[in-house]
Amino acid sequence: MTETLLEIKGLRKSFGALKATDDVNLDVQAGEIHALIGPNGAGKSTLIGQIAGGLKPDEGQIRFLNRDVIPLSVAKRARMGLGRSFQISSLAMEVSALKNVILAVQAREGSSFKFWKQVRSDQGLMDEAMIQLERVGLADSARTVTSELSHGQRRQLEVACALALKPKLLLLDEPMAGLGAGGSQRLTEFLESLKAEVGILLIEHDMDAVFQLADRISVLVYGRVIETGTVDQIRQSAQVREAYLGEEE
Amino acid sequence: MTDTLNRETIVNISLAFLLLAAPMLALALDEPFYISLATKVAILSLAGVGLNLALGYGGMISFGHAAFFGVGGYVAGISAHHMFEGSDFLGLFAATDQLLLIWPMAIILCGGLAILIGLFSLRTTGVYFIMITLAFAQMIYYLGISIPTYGGEDGLPIYVRNQLPVVSSDDPLTFFLVCYALLMGGIFLSSRIIGSRFGAALQTARMNEVRLATVGIAPFPVKLTGFVLSAMITGLAGALFAELNGFVGPSMLSWHRSGEIMIFVILGGVGRLYGPLAGAALFILLEFFIGGFTDRWQFFLGLILLGVVLFAKGGLMGLIAGRARHD
Amino acid sequence: MTSAFVIEQILNGVQFGVMLFLMAAGLTLVFGVMGLINLAHGSLYMIGAFVCAWVSGWIGSFWIGLVAGLLAAAAVGALMEILVIRRLYQRDHLDQVLATFAMILIFSEGTRWLFGDQPLWLDIPQLLSGAVDLPFGVSYPLYRLAIILVGVALAIGLYMLITKTRLGMQIRAGESDREMIGALGINIATLYTVVFALGAALAGVAGSFVGALQSVQVGMGEPVLILAFVVIVIGGIGSIEGALVASVLVGLVDTLGRVFLPQFFALFMEPSAATSVGSALSSTSIYILMAIVLIWKPKGLFAAHD
Repeated sequence: MTETLLEIKGLRKSFGALKATDDVNLDVQAGEIHALIGPNGAGKSTLIGQIAGGLKPDEGQIRFLNRDVIPLSVAKRARMGLGRSFQISSLAMEVSALKNVILAVQAREGSSFKFWKQVRSDQGLMDEAMIQLERVGLADSARTVTSELSHGQRRQLEVACALALKPKLLLLDEPMAGLGAGGSQRLTEFLESLKAEVGILLIEHDMDAVFQLADRISVLVYGRVIETGTVDQIRQSAQVREAYLGEEE
Repeated sequence: MTDTLNRETIVNISLAFLLLAAPMLALALDEPFYISLATKVAILSLAGVGLNLALGYGGMISFGHAAFFGVGGYVAGISAHHMFEGSDFLGLFAATDQLLLIWPMAIILCGGLAILIGLFSLRTTGVYFIMITLAFAQMIYYLGISIPTYGGEDGLPIYVRNQLPVVSSDDPLTFFLVCYALLMGGIFLSSRIIGSRFGAALQTARMNEVRLATVGIAPFPVKLTGFVLSAMITGLAGALFAELNGFVGPSMLSWHRSGEIMIFVILGGVGRLYGPLAGAALFILLEFFIGGFTDRWQFFLGLILLGVVLFAKGGLMGLIAGRARHD
Repeated sequence: MTSAFVIEQILNGVQFGVMLFLMAAGLTLVFGVMGLINLAHGSLYMIGAFVCAWVSGWIGSFWIGLVAGLLAAAAVGALMEILVIRRLYQRDHLDQVLATFAMILIFSEGTRWLFGDQPLWLDIPQLLSGAVDLPFGVSYPLYRLAIILVGVALAIGLYMLITKTRLGMQIRAGESDREMIGALGINIATLYTVVFALGAALAGVAGSFVGALQSVQVGMGEPVLILAFVVIVIGGIGSIEGALVASVLVGLVDTLGRVFLPQFFALFMEPSAATSVGSALSSTSIYILMAIVLIWKPKGLFAAHD
């Protein structure tokens, strides 16, 4: 028996006449990498936004760890164990990479309403943050100001911040973009190694990575999930070929 | 990086030393007026230190900090008024002339007021936040004008300065030293807060609220707490200012005052620990010395301020101590 | 309290609102197009009033004074944009606040230097003196009525300018997408100077008209500036319609509050207490209005973006 981490039922979200999310059903099991693919503008990031809490759905259910999370804020969902990275990085740009991770460690460890003890003399906090940076291969850039990191490095930093939360589920929005071939391969291996520890909902355009990593794939087109299945099922689905892969060839 | 750090530390120590030395020198030269000028610098710097916590570190551009400055002043003034008259506050509380009671009262009252104002204001951002804090301050301003018991438009004189145990608050140099100690205390407290876990959260709220929420820290309580702490420090400065002038009036609550405190912070360098001191000192000294040469001092003050903005990014501290250090 | 009196007060409120609109329109355009907070906008209003009063006194014609006030404000605005303001677009709001605050000091003291410390007085032009009879037995000063009409005409003109002309199209493009207008080959620097001078001219007109209703003195710009900011925030920053609606709303609330609140409190309070509470509350009323609007709609009534 696997545990269901995330379960989405009948989710709908419109912006005016545009149906960005149209009756989406989706689930992520523990120990699973579930990839979400689809052409640009299919509503993938909108879906992630609703799961993480920045966007409110019009209709439907989002259950995380068996709890209805729609009424909960972004921060509450994060504290329940929902980590995410953004398609366009969203970090504290004026401070170092390390400080970004420290903030995440501090948030998981407990209260941020401590006014006296200095963060820089809190060795436990620093060590833990360094461990997460090492895992994503950013240890050498720990002291670099975030705005001076490359786009690829910023994505990795977001993954490090998300991991520092010790999440149950990771929502990764195109983590490979801007990494280059070597970087993508390393990140692919790293995500593979994370599987035991955390479920992942992965949005990715790099099809090699998706086919290598995913246990299941859902294909999103115009806000609708047209197919969900294993890598082989998706490769063979005529519907997917027509709606999505066909367009790319 | 280390060089910049050292340079800023040297500048900070110099500023602290200069402010302390000025009244000593004035005393030696038998120019007691300069003691009160230095006291004014210390007090207004403290008001700026308070605002800097919200504006510089938390990114909350409050155009209404005169509300806290003035309310702090009115706590001192109203206490002195009842003490002088021998009456009770609202017929309930006995008056006190003990500063060690008056200051906490001013701080707590300003904190409470900041919770109320913050609860509403922090729903907005950007220019809207600037204007809604102004709106609340204007409400307090007109409240100050409309209470005849406490002087209405004319304000309240403080005939007898409130007292401290052991030392004499009436002695100008002692009063300066008290204000100076509170200023240094305020700066030290700020530096601890900024370096703490809360400080990390507060500064992230300024840089990127989405980031803060994404790691599981709700931005609103962090910002509200920062706003309240900021108001408390500015409120204490207001209480001191009323004692220094022997007077509290609606002018302490006016939007000119909010603007002036904001100018100190920006002029000195936003988000720099000693920025408010640098800014207030320069502003008050320019006002005083140019005022000695010409009646048209505002014209030249304006030109100098304009020069600082256009040619010294990051205010005075940016000019003399280099860019702000974020590691 | 007769209906004529109520109508007269409503007209006063509208007249005040229309003047506020002339101030607010420039502020909101400059903020919407260039993203600039201009505290010195009140100085342009003051310059308009001073030049109008001085030229009228010298030549003896209000109308020539009015044109001079308009041109002077526009010229000073354009100069100010070219010399200082354009260096501030890339800066954050705080630098803009400090720089334009410094300019208030310069303009105020400079005006005192040029025109002396005494306030100037401006007479209502002969053509517009006296009162007109309106329906319901209202007799209303012609000059104030003319202000309302001129203000409405300028508002319509501004609306036409922005919706129907090429310049207006460029301004709208500038509000929604700054890079876009560069890509369209429009000279941004010139566009910005023109927009700034246009806002300044409107402020100058407002100052000139108000100069005949009150004394012309240094410092007259700041209270109006604060009110104009209140207006653009209530209306939604960058929105001309919002500024118009909010101006009239603020003008009415302020004027009617000042007249009727003390009378209202007098119903159940002692006269002296009613006067003081009523006048304090009426001074606060527009700020209460603004706080309510922002708590209800954090980006103003006509929020331009999202």
